Amino acid sequence: MKMEQFYYDNKIVKKFIYATLLWGIVGFSIGLLLALMFLFPNITDGISWLSFGRLRPLHTNAVIFAFVGNAIYAGVYYSLQRLLKTRMASNFLSNFNFWGWQAIIVAAAITLPLGYTTSKEYAELEWPIDIAIALVWVAFGVNMIWTILQRRQRHLYVAVWFYLGTFVTVAVLHIFNSLELSVSFLKSYSVYAGVQDALVQWWYGHNAVAFFLTTPFLGLMYYFVPKAANRPVYSYKLSIVHFWSLIFIYIWAGPHHLLYSSLPDWAQNLGVAFSIMLIAPSWGGMINGLLTLRGAWDKVRTDPVLKFMVVAITGYGMATFEGPMLSLKNVNAIAHFSDWIIAHVHVGALAWNGFLTFGMLYWMIPRMFKTQLYSKGLANFHFWIGTLGIVMYALPMYVAGFVQASMWKQFNPDGTLTYENFMSTVNEIMPMYWMRAIGGSLFIVGAIVMLYNVIMTVRSGSKVTDELAEAPALVKVSKYRQKGEGYHTWLERKPVKLTLFATVAILIGGVVQIIPTLLIDSNIPTITSVKPYSPLELEGRDLYIREGCVGCHSQMIRPFRSEVARYGEYSKAGEFVYDHPFLWGSKRTGPDLLRVGGKYPDSWHFNHMYDPQSTSTGSIMPRYQWLIRNKHDLSDTEAKMKAMVSLGVPYTESDIENARENMKTQAEGIANNILEIPDINTSFEEEKKFYGTQFIPLQEREIIALIAYLQRLGTDIKVKDIKEQLSKNN
Amino acid sequence: MSVIYLLLAVSILVALIFFIAFIVSVKNGQYDDSYTPSIRMLFDDEIVKVKKNN
Repeated sequence: MKMEQFYYDNKIVKKFIYATLLWGIVGFSIGLLLALMFLFPNITDGISWLSFGRLRPLHTNAVIFAFVGNAIYAGVYYSLQRLLKTRMASNFLSNFNFWGWQAIIVAAAITLPLGYTTSKEYAELEWPIDIAIALVWVAFGVNMIWTILQRRQRHLYVAVWFYLGTFVTVAVLHIFNSLELSVSFLKSYSVYAGVQDALVQWWYGHNAVAFFLTTPFLGLMYYFVPKAANRPVYSYKLSIVHFWSLIFIYIWAGPHHLLYSSLPDWAQNLGVAFSIMLIAPSWGGMINGLLTLRGAWDKVRTDPVLKFMVVAITGYGMATFEGPMLSLKNVNAIAHFSDWIIAHVHVGALAWNGFLTFGMLYWMIPRMFKTQLYSKGLANFHFWIGTLGIVMYALPMYVAGFVQASMWKQFNPDGTLTYENFMSTVNEIMPMYWMRAIGGSLFIVGAIVMLYNVIMTVRSGSKVTDELAEAPALVKVSKYRQKGEGYHTWLERKPVKLTLFATVAILIGGVVQIIPTLLIDSNIPTITSVKPYSPLELEGRDLYIREGCVGCHSQMIRPFRSEVARYGEYSKAGEFVYDHPFLWGSKRTGPDLLRVGGKYPDSWHFNHMYDPQSTSTGSIMPRYQWLIRNKHDLSDTEAKMKAMVSLGVPYTESDIENARENMKTQAEGIANNILEIPDINTSFEEEKKFYGTQFIPLQEREIIALIAYLQRLGTDIKVKDIKEQLSKNN
Repeated sequence: MSVIYLLLAVSILVALIFFIAFIVSVKNGQYDDSYTPSIRMLFDDEIVKVKKNN
C-alpha cells in the first residue's frame, strides 16, 4: 500500500478558534447589556444605536452566526481534514470563508445598531449582506465538497454527513427566506406578505436552529466526544439512523412557531405532528453521545473537556425534550410570547452550543499547539461557574414564563381580567430578571477565564501551522468493478457531484418558476375593509421596523378569551395582506399592539415615547427621544410605494403622485393634536425661539409618522362590522 | 397561503435530495461496515516526531 505524506492546515483552524473566542465574548456581553436594560431601561439613554430594539438582533446574530458560526467552521475544518485524511482542497476558499465571514459579522455589527434591519428574526441583515452570506456559505460548501472528492478514506464518517446536510439545507433556507425587493442600498421589503411571510420566516427560523445550531454541532459531537473520551461512539449504526431520520423530519416542524396564529389549522397541525416525532431521533442522538462515555465515566470526573461535553449533551437532551413539548398546542398556549421561550433557547445556546464549543476548544488547542493546557484548574473553574450561570439563567426565566402566563390568563369571578394592567406582570417578574442578569454574568466570567487560559496555552505552545500527516492513498475502484458500467452506475459512484448538481439545477428552476406565480395570485381571504397603509403610515411602519419594536411587542392576538379581553378582537389572516414584512413578533415583554390604534390619543403616544415611565409607572420600555428630535427623512417614499406596488399592494398612480400632499395633511393633523397640550406647546415654542431658522416643525419629525402607524394598527377591522357581516351571512 | 406550496415543494425537494444521497450511499457500500469507522476515527495520522535526548 502506497503511503502519501501531506499537511493538515492548522492555521485556518486557529484563525476560526480566535474568532470564536472573540465574538463569543462580544455576543455574551451584548446579551448581558440587554439583560441589564430590563432592570435599568434607560441605561443607554439617548443613544439610538445602543437601544434595546436595535441591540437585540445584534445579540442573537452575534451569538448564532459569529460565535457558533465560527465554532462550526473551526470544528469542521479541524475534523474534516482528519476524517478524510487530506488537506482542505483550497487554501484560497478556506481564507475567503474566514475573512468573508468576519467581514459579514463586522457589517452586521455596524448596520444593526444603525437600524438597518428586515425585522425577520435571525435574518435581520439587509440584502447586500444577505448576498455576501450566500457567497461565503457556498465557498465553504464548495471547499468542503471539493475536499471530500480528494479524500483518502472512502467511507464518510457520520460527522461528515452532518456537515453536508448542514451546508445544503442552510443554503436553501437562507435563499428562500431572504427573497426581498430592494428600495435602496440598505432597505428592502420581503416579497412575501403577512401570513405567507410568517410561514416562510418560521420555516427558516426553526430550521436555522435545526441546521445551524443542531446538525453541525451533532457532527462535532460525533467527532470530538469519541476523540476526547478515546472511545468509539456507543453505536455507529444508531448515529447513522440519527442523521438520516433527523434531517428528514426537522424541515417540517417550522409551523410550531405559529400555533394559534392566523396560520391555517392544517399547517399548524402538520408542524405539531413532525415536532413530536422529532423527539425520537433527537433523544437517540443524545443517548448515543452520553453512552459513548460508557466505561469512561472516571475520566469525566477529572477531565474538564469531558465535563463540558456531558453538560452540553445533557442540555441538548433537555432542549429537544422541551421542544416537542412546547409544540403541543396546549403547552404552547401557555409558553408562547413568555419568558419560558427565553429559558428554552438559552438552555440550547448556553449549554448545548456554548459548552460543546468550550469542550471542543479545550481539547483542540493543546493538541494543535503541541503543549498542555495552561491550567486545568481554571478550566474546571470555567466549567463550574458556567454551569452555575446556566442554571441561574434558565430557572428564573422558567418561573418568569409561568408567572406571566398565569397572570395574563387570570380572570375575576365577575369575568374581568384580574391583572388588567400589563405592568403588574412586569413588576412581578423583576426579581427573575435580576437573577437572569446574574446568571448571565457568571457565564461571561467563565468565558473570560477561558480566554486567559487559552492565551497562556497558546503562548507556551509551538506554532505548527501545517501539520505533517501520513495516510495510504485511496485505492481506485478497479477496472474490473467498472466493467459493463452504465451511466447511472457511474453517477452512483459520484454521490457528491450528483447532490451538488441536482441541488443547483432544481433550485434555479424552482426560484424562477414558482416565485412569480406566488406573487401574482394569493388566495388569502381578503377583507374588503382592509386597505393599504397611507404613505405616512408606511413610513411610520419602517420606523417601527428600524427601532426593533417587534422585539418586545407582538402584533398577533390569539383566539383566547384572555387575549381578546385584554387586547381586542383576535387576528385574522386577511388583516395582514399588505404587511411586507409581517410583524407578528415572538415575545411580549410589553403588551400586544395589534389593536392599539385609536386606544390612546396622539399626545399620549408622544409623551409615552418621550418618557414611557411618565405614562406607565414602572414601565421597562426605554425612552425614544431621538424620534422626537429627528427630522424624518422621507426621500424614498415614492420608491417604497412603487416597490409595494410591484409586490401586489394596490396603490394607484395618483396615490403615489399625491403621496407628499397626503403625508403633509396627515402629519399636520397629528402634530396639531399633540400641540393642543399646553405643556408640549410651550416647550416647542421655547425650542423654536432657541433654534430660530434651524427649528424643525413637529410635523416633519419622525415621531409623527410612528404615531400615524400606531394609530392605524388594527383599525381596519371593527368588531361590530364583523358581527354584522356574520349575521348577514347566516 | 399559496406560499405553503412553495415551502412544501422546497422541503420535499431537500428531502428528496437527501433521500437520493441516502440510497446512493447505501448502494455505494458506505454502510456495509457499521463498526470499523467508529474505531478508525480514533487513530491519528499526524506524524509524531520523537525527540531524542542526547
